[in-house]
Amino acid sequence: MRIGILSIQGDVREHERMFQRLGLESARIRQPEDLVGLSGLVIPGGESTTIGLLMQEYGLIDAIKEKTRSGNFPIWGTCAGLILLAKEVLGPSPARLGLVDITADRNAWGRQVSSFEADIAIAALGSPPYPGVFIRAPRIKRLGQKVTALASYRDQIVMAESGPYLVTAFHPELTDDLRVHQYFAQKVEAYWRG
Amino acid sequence: MANSERGTFKVKSGLAEMLKGGVIMDVTNREQAMIAEKAGAVAVMALERVPSDIRKAGGVARMADPRKVKEIMQAVSIPVMAKVRIGHFVEAQVLEALEVDYIDESEVLTPADDQFHIDKWAFRIPFVCGARDLGEALRRIAEGAAMIRTKGEPGTGNVVEAVRHLRTVNSQIRRLVATPDAELPDLAKELGAPLSLVQEVKVLGRLPVVNFSAGGVASPADAALMMQLGADGIFVGSGIFKSSDPAAMANAVVRATLHYQDAQIIAEVSENIGESMPGLEMKTLQAEDRMQERGY
Repeated sequence: MRIGILSIQGDVREHERMFQRLGLESARIRQPEDLVGLSGLVIPGGESTTIGLLMQEYGLIDAIKEKTRSGNFPIWGTCAGLILLAKEVLGPSPARLGLVDITADRNAWGRQVSSFEADIAIAALGSPPYPGVFIRAPRIKRLGQKVTALASYRDQIVMAESGPYLVTAFHPELTDDLRVHQYFAQKVEAYWRG
Repeated sequence: MANSERGTFKVKSGLAEMLKGGVIMDVTNREQAMIAEKAGAVAVMALERVPSDIRKAGGVARMADPRKVKEIMQAVSIPVMAKVRIGHFVEAQVLEALEVDYIDESEVLTPADDQFHIDKWAFRIPFVCGARDLGEALRRIAEGAAMIRTKGEPGTGNVVEAVRHLRTVNSQIRRLVATPDAELPDLAKELGAPLSLVQEVKVLGRLPVVNFSAGGVASPADAALMMQLGADGIFVGSGIFKSSDPAAMANAVVRATLHYQDAQIIAEVSENIGESMPGLEMKTLQAEDRMQERGY
């Protein structure tokens, strides 16, 4: 089982470190041919405009969509990754995968001056609360029928799941708490075993 | 932690982590900002003039007009940075009031304090600061900087100083990592840096914050060179909008930074992008024109 980390730009190293701590193999994905042999994919935090533009230019949007056609290729997007997975985006709308039936509101909490840390209750992870790091973070404005909310903060949905897809508005990779990475790894393993 | 906390060091340094592998471009108006965003820049630096024009103009260089900064913030959705003079904490208060995303306490502008840099812990907005060596980088981090850029020599289009500074920081880190714990206090004294940060660098094997390269990148190959030497990302000042075809140069520098290890792609993107900015040979610079000497 091998998890890819989309490596156009952003906090790739931090995701790598978390999977390493879980004893899992990860690989950096820059080109469509790098997708061969992957069991799942993480789209890290970064600038969604930049990542979307370069994904499209290097054929990664089509290649990843092709890979998901079977419906058993898990993808997890953190922050920019959430925007790139969202079907609809409010505000300037980058090129993206659009695989998850949500509407994302970009930088909805405000500019960097409003970036914050807050403890988030995530029932699927049990207690204690999860240390949420929100950096120019998006919100999920609308949830499609097949999408399940996993966590909210101040009445805004900040984590959701839809079949093989997981989205978080915050950055678990910037913490020392492995639980969200573990949650995704279990998802990948479940699909991998079929 | 209280229920929610803004402006923590984690969210400050975290934004810099999100910019890694990307290119930050100097822009002086909304049109340039839009060209930068369209080319794939991860952020823009809002300025009154690019460094090579600051050199030509002479006199005292200050923070940009707030109207200019606001105009650029409205034009793009990527983060917007802006520069303040070294030690000028009121210019920083003004930029914080404007809600820019990052403040660059920069040697490109004329220093306002010849003894103290800004106390960056006093702000909710993160700061990036320049450094020529490890000691300088750690002093800035001790003052609260959440991102470092090696200085190079701004506005020259000559990458030699950028290379020197990044190599210096990296070789000092290698030496630090190999130093026995018992000798770290002495090394901290030699570097002029707090012992706690010196110890942290030993554990991490790198700076505790992101380190970009600045000051002299003027071609796609220059950007890839700095990435191969270990930069986390690239600042391009005059290199984009003083070239003959800014949109093409901006595109090429972004793609060379992404694929910095792939010479084939660097070759492809370097084709037909017009002329790089005219460069300056270091020997022709007078001592007082060397911006890198500003700050301590």
